[in-house]
Amino acid sequence: MSSVVAKAGLEIRNVGKLFTQPGKGDFRALDDVSLFIKPNEFFTLLGPSGCGKTTLLRMIAGFEYPTEGEIRLNGDEISDLPPYQRPINTVFQNYALFPHLTVDQNIAFGLEMLRRPKGEIDKTVDEMLRLVKMTEMRGRKTSQISGGQQQRVALARALAPHPKVLLLDEPLSALDLKLRKEMQIELKRLQHETGITFVFVTHDQEEALTMSDRIAVMSAGKVLQVGSPRDIYDHPANRFVANFIGETNFLTGTVLSAAPGRADIKLGTGAVIAAGVPDGMTPAGEVTVVVRPEHAVITDPETAAVKGTVDTVVYFGTDTHYHLKLDSGAPFTVRQQNRRGREVHLAAGQPVGIDIPGGVAQVLRD
Amino acid sequence: MSALQRSTAKRDAGIDRVSRLLTLPSLAIIFVFGILPLVIMLVYSFLKPAAYGGVEWEFSTEAYVSFFFTQDIFDETLTFNPDYLSIYLRSFVFAVGTMIACLLLGFPTAYFIATRPAHQRQWWLLLVTIPFWSNLLIRTVAIMLIIRDEGLVNHWLINLGVIDRPIVMLYTNFAIVLGLFYSFFPFMVLPLYTSLEKLDFRLVEAGFDLYATRGRVLRRIIIPLAKPGIVAGCLLVFIPALGAYVTPLILGGGTHLMIGDLIAQQFGSSRNWPLGAAQALILMSGVLVALFFYARNTAGKGVGHGR
Amino acid sequence: MAGRGTDVRRQPGFGLIAGLCLTILYAPILVLVIFAFNANSIVSIWTGVSLDWFAKALDNEGFHQAATNTMIVSITATIIATMAATAAALGTTRVRSWRGQSAAYMTISLPLMVPEIITAVATLSFFALVASVFGINLGLGNLIVAHTVFCIPFAYMPIRARLEDMDLTLDHAAADLYATPWMTFRRVTLPLLAPGIVSGAALAFIVSFDDFTISQLVAGPGQQTLPVFIWSMTRRPMTPELNAMCAILLGISILFISFSALIGQRRR
Repeated sequence: MSSVVAKAGLEIRNVGKLFTQPGKGDFRALDDVSLFIKPNEFFTLLGPSGCGKTTLLRMIAGFEYPTEGEIRLNGDEISDLPPYQRPINTVFQNYALFPHLTVDQNIAFGLEMLRRPKGEIDKTVDEMLRLVKMTEMRGRKTSQISGGQQQRVALARALAPHPKVLLLDEPLSALDLKLRKEMQIELKRLQHETGITFVFVTHDQEEALTMSDRIAVMSAGKVLQVGSPRDIYDHPANRFVANFIGETNFLTGTVLSAAPGRADIKLGTGAVIAAGVPDGMTPAGEVTVVVRPEHAVITDPETAAVKGTVDTVVYFGTDTHYHLKLDSGAPFTVRQQNRRGREVHLAAGQPVGIDIPGGVAQVLRD
Repeated sequence: MSALQRSTAKRDAGIDRVSRLLTLPSLAIIFVFGILPLVIMLVYSFLKPAAYGGVEWEFSTEAYVSFFFTQDIFDETLTFNPDYLSIYLRSFVFAVGTMIACLLLGFPTAYFIATRPAHQRQWWLLLVTIPFWSNLLIRTVAIMLIIRDEGLVNHWLINLGVIDRPIVMLYTNFAIVLGLFYSFFPFMVLPLYTSLEKLDFRLVEAGFDLYATRGRVLRRIIIPLAKPGIVAGCLLVFIPALGAYVTPLILGGGTHLMIGDLIAQQFGSSRNWPLGAAQALILMSGVLVALFFYARNTAGKGVGHGR
Repeated sequence: MAGRGTDVRRQPGFGLIAGLCLTILYAPILVLVIFAFNANSIVSIWTGVSLDWFAKALDNEGFHQAATNTMIVSITATIIATMAATAAALGTTRVRSWRGQSAAYMTISLPLMVPEIITAVATLSFFALVASVFGINLGLGNLIVAHTVFCIPFAYMPIRARLEDMDLTLDHAAADLYATPWMTFRRVTLPLLAPGIVSGAALAFIVSFDDFTISQLVAGPGQQTLPVFIWSMTRRPMTPELNAMCAILLGISILFISFSALIGQRRR
C-alpha cells in the first residue's frame, strides 16, 4: 500500500485535476492542492465560484477522479475507489432526496445498501429522526416538506451510515437568511454530537468564519491559505485572502525597520505605523499593509498621524461606515459601532484624523 | 499513479461501452426491419414485374420510364403520359391546402387553449390529444357515415326540405380535403400549443406598452415566437397528408386517387411491384426535401416532435 | 368589464374558431357512437336505444378472430418495443456523448418520418423476399415485427423525456450511500423512470392497436387485425353493427390515451 505511516484523518496530497475539453483547450480545475483534515474537525473550503472547491469535494466523494496526486483516508489511498465503497457521505446542494421514497425510507437507504440488519436500521433511523427533530414527519413524501425540513432529512440521511467524513456542498445556499442562521447553529451542534469530520464548501465568508474550526481559502484551483477563522481574518497571507474575507483597507508604505513578527512602516502621508508581519517573512522596501475598517478609529485631525476628509457616511443600524479620502488620495473606510450617547456626527468634506493602533495593521506577502 | 488513472479510465470506458450497447436492440430492429426494406424497395424499383406480383430478377429502368411515359405496344415509341404526375401534383396541392387550412384554424385553437387558466388547460388539451392518437380509420369511417348519400347530413337536409335529392359528397375531392383536414388537424394544434404555452406573455405586455395594437402584437411578437411550433406543425401535417392512404381509400372511393393508394394499387390489383417501388421512392424523395427544409429551419434548435 | 380590456392574452374570435374546430373534430365520432345504440338497422334513422348491435358485434366470428390477432400482435409488439426503447433511452441520455449518438437518435426516430404507406409496401417487399429466398413465413410474426419497428420511437419518446427530466444527482446520492451501479439502477433510476416506461408502453400499444395501413398490406389471409376487419365491413351493406365495432375500438383507444396522458401529468 504505502510507505507513509497511517495517520488518522483525510489527506489530500498534491492533487490536481486537468479537464481536457476537445476543441476548447485544457482547463486546470485544481493545481497541486495539499491539505490535511484532522478527525472531528469542521473544515471549510472557502472561495468564489469556479475556484475548484466543489471539484475537490466531488473528488473526495468519488464523483471525479484526480489526474494527479492522491487522497488518503486514515492512511489508505481512496482516490481509485468508486463512491459506493468510500465511508464518506455527502449532503448535496439541492439535497437530492429520493422523491419516490418517504422521509424515513430516505434515511434508511444507505443502511439498506450496506445490508445492515433490519433491527439496527430501524434503531438508527429513529435515532437520526430524533437528532434532526423530524420524527413527526417520518412518513411524509419528500415533496411534502419544506426546504428547511428537506435539509434536515438530507443531513440525517448522510449521517445515518456513520461515515468517517461528511461532505457538505453549499447546503445552506437555498435557505432564507433566518433559516440559514438557525441551520448554522444546528450543523455545529450535529458535528459536535456525532464527532464526525465535516468538510464544508461555501462561498460565504461569514458562514465560513462562524462555523469552521479551520478554513482553506481557495482561488483559481489553488489553496492560498489554511488556518483558523481568527488567523485568516487577522493575518491574511495575501491580497486575495484579505479582500475576499471581510472588508479591508490597503495602504502602501516603506519599511523603516523590521524585527521578527513586526515592522515599522512609513506610509505615503509620512505617518509611521507598527504592523504585524507573517511568519518567515522579512519585509523590505515597498510593501502593502492591510487595516480592517473596525480596527481604525476616527480622531481629532490636529493630533492624528494619518489625516483625511470624509467622503460619504453610510448608516447600518449597528454600526456606521465612514468612507474617507486620505490626504495621499487613497480611499479608506472606518467602521464604528453606534453606541448610545457616543454618536459622532460627521459631514461630507469634513477633515478627520485616523488612529491606527499598534498591531492591527498587517503586512501582506504580495 | 498511472495505475490509478488507468483503472478509473477503464471503468469509465466500460460504463460508456455498456450504455452504447443498450441502444443496440432498437437500432438492430429498426435497421433490419425498417431500413433494409427501404433498400430492398430501391432494388425492386430497378427490376421487372412478375406476372402475379413480386419481381423478376432482371435489371430494368422500365418502372421509372413508365412513370413519365406510355410505351406503344407495337412500335415501342414513348409518349409523355402525365397521368401519374397529375396524381402527384393533386396530392401535393391537397397536402399544401390541408396544411394551410390546418394552420389558419389550428393557430387560433392552439392559442385559445394555451391562454386558458392552468387548471383548465389540461382538459382542453386532452380534447385535442384524444383525436391525435385515435384510430384514423375509424375517424375517417365516421366522416364517411355522415356525408354519404344516405348519411345524416343529407337525411336532415332532405327532411328539412332544403333539398329533395341528396348532395353527392362522398367520393369527391371535397370529401378527401375534408377528410385530410379532419385527420391531421390535431397534428398541427399540438406542436403549436407546445410553442405557445412556453410564450412569455410579459413580452406581449411589453408590446402593448410600446403602443402595439392586438393585431400587431399577434403579427410582430406572438407569431414570430411561435415559429418553431408553426414549422413543426406544418411538417407534421404535410408529410402524412402527402402520403395519405386511408383518407382517399375511404372517402375517394378508388376514383379520386392520391399517391398513397396509387402505390398500394401497384402492390395490389395492378401487380406491378417495381412501378409501385419507384412511385414510393419518388414520394420518399419529396418527404426528404420537406425534412431538409425543416432541418435547415431548425438547425441548432433540436428536432421537435409533435408531442 | 375592466378585465376584458386589459387582458393582454385575448385575441378576438379565437375562442369561436377553437370551439368550431373542436366541434368538427368530435361531431362525426359522436354521431358514430350514438348510432351504435340505434335500434333501427338503417344507420342514419333513429328509432330508439338498444344494445343489440353491440351484442351482435361481440358475437361476430370474424370480429373475434380479428380481436385475437390484434391482441397477440399489439401486446407482443408493445412488450418488445418498450424493452428495446427503454434500453435505448438509457443508452442515449445521461451518458457522455459518443460518436454516432445523433445517428442512433435519427435511426430511432426514422419510422416517424417515413410515410406509413412507404413503410407498408417496403415491409411487404421485405417479407416477400425473405419468403422467396429463405422460404420463411412467420405468419403473425411478420405483423409483430412490422409493428415493433414503428412502436419503438413512440415508446422511446416519453421514456427519454422522463430520463432527461430526472436529476442525475439522485444517482450520485445513491452511489454516495453505498449503492452499487446495479442497485442504483434498481432502487432509484428504475422506480423514477417507471411512469415514463408505462406511458411509452401505452403509446406503443395505441399506435399498434390502431394501425391500419401497414397491417392491411402486410397481413396474410386469416391475419386480419381489428382495423382491417372493420375496413372490410365498410365494403358490405352497412348496419349499426359497424358503428358498434368502431365504438368498441374507440373506447379502448381513448382509455389508453387518457391513461397515458394522466401519467404524463402526474409528473408535474
